[in-house]
Amino acid sequence: MEGKGVVVKVAGPLVVARDLPDPKMYDLVKVGKDRLMGEIIELRGNLASIQVYEETAGLGPGDEVISTGEPLSVELGPGLLTSIYDGVQRPLDVIQARFGNYIARGVEVPGLSRERRWPFAPVAKRGDEVGPGDVLGTVPETEVITHKIMVPPGVQGRISEIREGEFTVDEVIAVVETPQGEVPLTMVQRWPVRRPRPYQRKVSPYEPLVTGQRVVDTFFPITKGGTACVPGPFGSGKTVLQHAIAKWANAQIVVFVGCGERGNEMTDVLLEFPELTDPYSGKPLMLRTVLIANTSNMPVAAREASVYTGITIAEYYRDMGYHVALQADSTSRWAEALREISGRLEEMPGEEGYPAYLGTRLASFYERAGRVVCLGSDMREGSVTAIGSVSPPGGDLSEPVTQATLRVVKVFWGLEDRLAFARHFPAINWLNSYSLYLDKVEEYWSAEVEMDYPELREEAMAILQREAELQEVVRLIGIEALSDQERMIMETAKSLREDFLQQNAFDDADAFTSLRKQYRLLRLILTYHRQAMKELEAGRPVEELIDLPVQEEIARAKFIPEEELERFDELEKRIVEQMSRRGTDVLA
Amino acid sequence: MLKEYMTVREIAGPLILVEGVEGAKYNELVEVEFPDGRVGLGNVLEVEEELVLIQSFEATSGLNVAGTKVRFTGRGLELPVSRDILGRVFDGLGRPIDDGPRIIPDMKLDINGNPINPYARDYPTDFIQTGISAIDGLNPLVRGQKLPIFSGAGLPHNRLAAQIARQAGVLGREEEFAVVFAAMGITFEEADFFIQEFRNTAAMERAVLFINLADDPAIERIATPRMALTAAEYLAFELDMHVLVILTDMTYYCEALREISAARKEVPGRRGYPGYMYTDLATIYERAGRIKGAKGSITQIPVLSMPDDDKTHPIPDLTGYITEGQIILSRDLHRRGVYPPIDVLPSLSRLKEKGIGPGKTREDHSPLSNQLFSAYARGKEAKELAVILGEAALSEEDKLFVQFSDAFEERFITQGEYENRTIEDTLSIGWELLKILPRSELKRVREEHIRKYMDGEAV
Ligand SMILES: Nc1ncnc2c1ncn2[C@@H]1O[C@H](COP(=O)(O)OP(=O)(O)OP(=O)(O)O)[C@@H](O)[C@H]1O
Ligand SMILES: [Mg+2]
Repeated sequence: MEGKGVVVKVAGPLVVARDLPDPKMYDLVKVGKDRLMGEIIELRGNLASIQVYEETAGLGPGDEVISTGEPLSVELGPGLLTSIYDGVQRPLDVIQARFGNYIARGVEVPGLSRERRWPFAPVAKRGDEVGPGDVLGTVPETEVITHKIMVPPGVQGRISEIREGEFTVDEVIAVVETPQGEVPLTMVQRWPVRRPRPYQRKVSPYEPLVTGQRVVDTFFPITKGGTACVPGPFGSGKTVLQHAIAKWANAQIVVFVGCGERGNEMTDVLLEFPELTDPYSGKPLMLRTVLIANTSNMPVAAREASVYTGITIAEYYRDMGYHVALQADSTSRWAEALREISGRLEEMPGEEGYPAYLGTRLASFYERAGRVVCLGSDMREGSVTAIGSVSPPGGDLSEPVTQATLRVVKVFWGLEDRLAFARHFPAINWLNSYSLYLDKVEEYWSAEVEMDYPELREEAMAILQREAELQEVVRLIGIEALSDQERMIMETAKSLREDFLQQNAFDDADAFTSLRKQYRLLRLILTYHRQAMKELEAGRPVEELIDLPVQEEIARAKFIPEEELERFDELEKRIVEQMSRRGTDVLA
Repeated sequence: MLKEYMTVREIAGPLILVEGVEGAKYNELVEVEFPDGRVGLGNVLEVEEELVLIQSFEATSGLNVAGTKVRFTGRGLELPVSRDILGRVFDGLGRPIDDGPRIIPDMKLDINGNPINPYARDYPTDFIQTGISAIDGLNPLVRGQKLPIFSGAGLPHNRLAAQIARQAGVLGREEEFAVVFAAMGITFEEADFFIQEFRNTAAMERAVLFINLADDPAIERIATPRMALTAAEYLAFELDMHVLVILTDMTYYCEALREISAARKEVPGRRGYPGYMYTDLATIYERAGRIKGAKGSITQIPVLSMPDDDKTHPIPDLTGYITEGQIILSRDLHRRGVYPPIDVLPSLSRLKEKGIGPGKTREDHSPLSNQLFSAYARGKEAKELAVILGEAALSEEDKLFVQFSDAFEERFITQGEYENRTIEDTLSIGWELLKILPRSELKRVREEHIRKYMDGEAV
């Protein structure tokens, strides 16, 4: 349904149009002679307020507005992986090839290539009864990901035709006979970004998403299908942590949304991911990655849309039965975009100028994460894990975006500049961060890694907490005030911080640690601690138990390669030996 | 002939509301003719069918409702550019103020530019040697980076910026480079310091200056950094030069932004600054960088003075959220006579990892800088403890760290304003200082590097 309206007002990214025929909320429109993309966000009488996804300079009253009659949607099909899109799914590589180094306006390029041909191998056959989510066939989208072509939601019937061979995404690969008539199906589905994609039912997440980051996996784990936030002041390490997770997590698909952040950070990913190998598949990371880049200097309205574009793509791969990590850096910039548009609409401002609906918007975004039983008769399960950075002004966590986020997410990794200044990275504060998935994950550890993993974690955590109290004492009275036992706790805590919690994302040998190695590393440090405590008990002075050569070996244990974990056995033995032999040496 | 309107309805601060206008466009450049015949420039902030809201770049004193004429130009604010802009001084709106000839433009560029397609960017990886140890050794600057100086009133940020401009160069390369300097709201003396500086070092012929002084119209400052970056983009991407852009002082820019926002009666964000200040600043800072296939590059050093030395103030805070690190000056070091008074611990260069190391600077650069950081941090911590509990409360080890941190400030951070240290010099001072500490404490550097660089063993 096409018709024309006319611009009556332009104020930054907000355009008001009059007399659009049959306008509906969230319909996509094209504004002006450059046909800039926009979306209706308010209707009042015959006036429609439109947020425009592109720079509006040069627009003015009298310019025409065309409605597409359709909400903002993304194209879902083979070719998403390895792509880099802007906030409304325009492929940035294609745009660069066609329009040069700067973002041009009014560019209309489809999200998926119309030229590329994909080999489609049917798994369903003629005569099969199929419904939404049933797999019609597969496409080897990349070397590591098999793309499942599914019956789209709303289509139910009998396959009357299905083809094998090479097709472009808009060629018909199957026809389904439904009570309403024949429905030709292609390899592409269009889906409105603001509407969650359907599934059969949610199941509560139980399996950890292993990120390879020690402080995350062992202390504040996230699950496949879980939600987490990473708040922290500038320079505290949000992006580095997000990138590390994107690189090393055992998600099968990663959708990374650079939302209102730096251009160079996207370039970093673009240059690095094709070079890095996935520790699970041994193939380049890019082959399982989709990038959405709406950097801080790109139009704010498209920034607002970018997180929805990202999560819709994530849901689509979830629907195939994959475990997807959706990462948004930073959700604060998304919230600010919301605030800016709301301000231009002259809505009643809430706290710090954010609209009153900030909380509900955030909640409904994170609600789209989860582990689900997908549509389709095979009862496959897939998940979307959502991890959002938060950039609180001045690092003050009481601000609205952080607070609204904390109300909905289950994991909190609180980054602190105090730790970052001391070059303790990841600068996650181990005292106030939390994971509400801990119980579930501990069950998993006991079953899959080692029975006493939860116990070790608890012991380590207690030592770290005790250290904080003892530090207070030292600060007030001095180190002499501590007993030998307490000094030992300080020593072990230091080892836990430096040899376990700290992890250098830029060191190839340290960037990723498997769960098993994390367990071994933790056990190693605690073996030292337990042995020391025993010796203290037996009356040895603490001075004899610190500054041992074996401590240096503990410090280097993080660099023990994943293939040589048996070296931990030896090390543990050496700890016990050295600590007790020292004793005999001294006695002799 | 441009359409002219005499239908000004309201003037409030820098804003002019005109009615009965036809065909005006958002963000269009307008000429505002004052009753006394002077002509100023302005910009369309908002258009409705009958009403146009204009932001004047000129102080509006002297304007009246009846006698003001407004002309709509049909284009955005542009900067005429050609190679001849090198060596020239312009006002904050890009008009020559140095008695030189008119610029015969090669092209006219819209000062707002367009966002660089992230796909077109190339990652900054070339180490720039500034000759300043606190920067090169610990927080190195990389070509295409945006690295601001967070300073405070009365601190020597301008001297530091000038020293960087004077000494900056990429190792082992002679390439065409230029300095674009934008002054916003600084005093005549401060601006003159830079101009003399450029003249004395014969750097003037490869410099372009845009000067908006404290007594120039505040709102003109909105355009000044964009003028400078437009010139920089031209030099970098049309003429293949490596351009260093110094923007000082961004605090005054932000205040001008706040003034306009207040006049528009917008809902204020933190401390009265507009909610869109992050995005606005990003459209300035993100104009730094490298582009694939392009020879030139833009490196930005914005300077800002932190109100009350408060890093959480919205201006440094939002800047830090956009730039690729920050160099923070410390009043405490300055009081103690340390130049440059760079507080290295909270300072940060985020691009350092990819700019240094073997083949770029030296294999030991990164681990050595980590070691210096942590030793200095520990020394400072011990010092604080000593203040509360007395020297005696420190362990022997801690005393060594205190000694180290003092020596570090004296010999590593402190240097002359005209002292240009090579990266080798900087690194050797670092190793030299580490000798103060027990070897067993040097956990962040490798044994082989200790032997090679500290003991000077041939390997
Ligand atoms: N795990 C890590 N290992 C080593 N260095 C790190 C690590 N995490 C952070 N850093 C250091 O901290 C710097 C800042 O990190 P990052 O860019 O992730 O901050 P941020 O929180 O995303 O900041 P902003 O909000 O401004 O984007 C990095 O450039 C790097 O030098
Ligand atoms: Mg970041």
